[in-house]
Amino acid sequence: MEVRQISVFLENKIGRLAEITQVLGDKGINIRALAIADTTEFGILRMIVDKPEKAYEALEEKGFTVSQTEVIVIEVADKPGGLAGVMAILGKAGINVEYLYAFVAPKGSNALVVLKIEKLKDAVGLFQAQEVKILSSKDIGRL
Amino acid sequence: MIWNKEYECMDRDNLRDLQLTRLKEVVRRVYERLPFYGKKFSENHLHPDALKSLEDLKKFPLTRKSELREGYPFGLFTAPLEKIVEFHISSGTTGKPVVNGYTRKDIQVWSEVMARALACAGTTSKDVVHNAYGYGLFTGGLGIHYGAQLIGAKTIPISGGQTRRQIMIMQDFKSTVLTCTPSYALHIAEVAEEIGVDPRKLSLRVGILGAEPWSENMRKEIEVQLGIDALDIYGLTEIIGPGVAQECEAKEGMHIFEDHFLPEVIDPKTGKVLEEGEEGELVLTTLTREGTSLVRYRTGDITRINYQPCDCGRTIARINKIKGRVDDMLIIRGVNIFPSQIENVLLQIEEAEPHYQLILERKRGLDELTVELEVSPNTFFDEVKRVEKIEAKIEKEIEDALGLRVGVRLVESRTIERSMGKAKRIIDKRKSK
Repeated sequence: MEVRQISVFLENKIGRLAEITQVLGDKGINIRALAIADTTEFGILRMIVDKPEKAYEALEEKGFTVSQTEVIVIEVADKPGGLAGVMAILGKAGINVEYLYAFVAPKGSNALVVLKIEKLKDAVGLFQAQEVKILSSKDIGRL
Repeated sequence: MIWNKEYECMDRDNLRDLQLTRLKEVVRRVYERLPFYGKKFSENHLHPDALKSLEDLKKFPLTRKSELREGYPFGLFTAPLEKIVEFHISSGTTGKPVVNGYTRKDIQVWSEVMARALACAGTTSKDVVHNAYGYGLFTGGLGIHYGAQLIGAKTIPISGGQTRRQIMIMQDFKSTVLTCTPSYALHIAEVAEEIGVDPRKLSLRVGILGAEPWSENMRKEIEVQLGIDALDIYGLTEIIGPGVAQECEAKEGMHIFEDHFLPEVIDPKTGKVLEEGEEGELVLTTLTREGTSLVRYRTGDITRINYQPCDCGRTIARINKIKGRVDDMLIIRGVNIFPSQIENVLLQIEEAEPHYQLILERKRGLDELTVELEVSPNTFFDEVKRVEKIEAKIEKEIEDALGLRVGVRLVESRTIERSMGKAKRIIDKRKSK
């Protein structure tokens, strides 16, 4: 049920984001979601793409420092309190979220949330028990 | 392999006799031919006749680089201009350049000491010497070239740059001895990996690396990456170029060819001659040079001297790996530090890459040193806190080892300039304001 996220190290310099997106665009890779964590010195670009393996190779070849991380992507009702319900499930179980970012699916009325969780397997079990929809890599490809 | 047993393994008393005979000639020559020496000697009430033993040398004044600049272009020659057959000229980035003029005999001396240096690293006529030091006014390229020619080794005068082509030639010509700066050796390994060549599978056996200070851990890094023995060579344009001193395979200091170059180590502040084993600035007197003879030249290089005979059989003195240059010493909030010491700590840290730069800035009146280190899969994570933890770990290792708090900043890979010659390790932003 895990989805592979691509992370790229970025210095806070003009034009770097343009280069990365160009590299991916040239290879026909589609970015589904992205978020940047930034500090005063550097940033970490995190992306969910339709072809993670290909994206990893293309960026590495261009000299970027890239890593791959397992995350989960869940579907949350796009309405007030939608995310709160899901977070409550994790909170009650004492599962910590390292970071998250959300995007709205192009079709349908639900929001999609990317979660990086240390106890990933436990979270997956909980979500399944509560019938929270978890997206697979295939689902991401089809979005 | 000892190229010249007679001189490299000479009995100390005989060597001292030889040095004294030669020294008397040199002191007389500079006194008679170079007005600035004549003036300095007179000011100190000295005459060449005052030199009766090697110990008397310390009474004579030291020579500084700035004095050599005054002589540009022909004012420093101690042989008639018509006898000069080659010039080498320093880059002159900090003032007028320094010129060294070589007579035919000087070129023979250079070839001899360079042959000794190459032989120290086991080079024979069977070897293919891949000479990636720059050819031209810089002494590195031609110095190695002359020595390799005297040995009869197959010399590839490839000079620096065009790294992919260098690797192709190494493969096709089966180069066995690599001569270049340590930073360029590392770059060759990196480019080889990039184009799918395993640098350890090349025919290279040994590297004769110099022209910049490099640490013991940089040696290990190069040895692992290239699968060679990495040996240090020492020299400077003002004296002759490379071939003043060279490490043997024991890697316990560089043998200084004392029958041609007389070493002393002084306290750089007071000029006082230090005892064997004490750290200070290396001072050299040329004993056999005709074109450009120098007496008590301050090299600016920090080292120690050791007169114990080496396991390799050589009895000549050894100098330690150069810790740094007097001018490169950073004084940061009262702590004296050489870039090579930081390098040594960095390369002990498993996650750290060997590509770094030191940025010196003044913030709120205080000097701050930041180590910029290229990020790698070993130091990069998807979480900010884990990246910051790595930075903090490296900061702590440096502080523990050197007693200096520095900042560590990861930068994108391939953004620190790769050097084909001497690496630029320090960027001093304090002066630009």
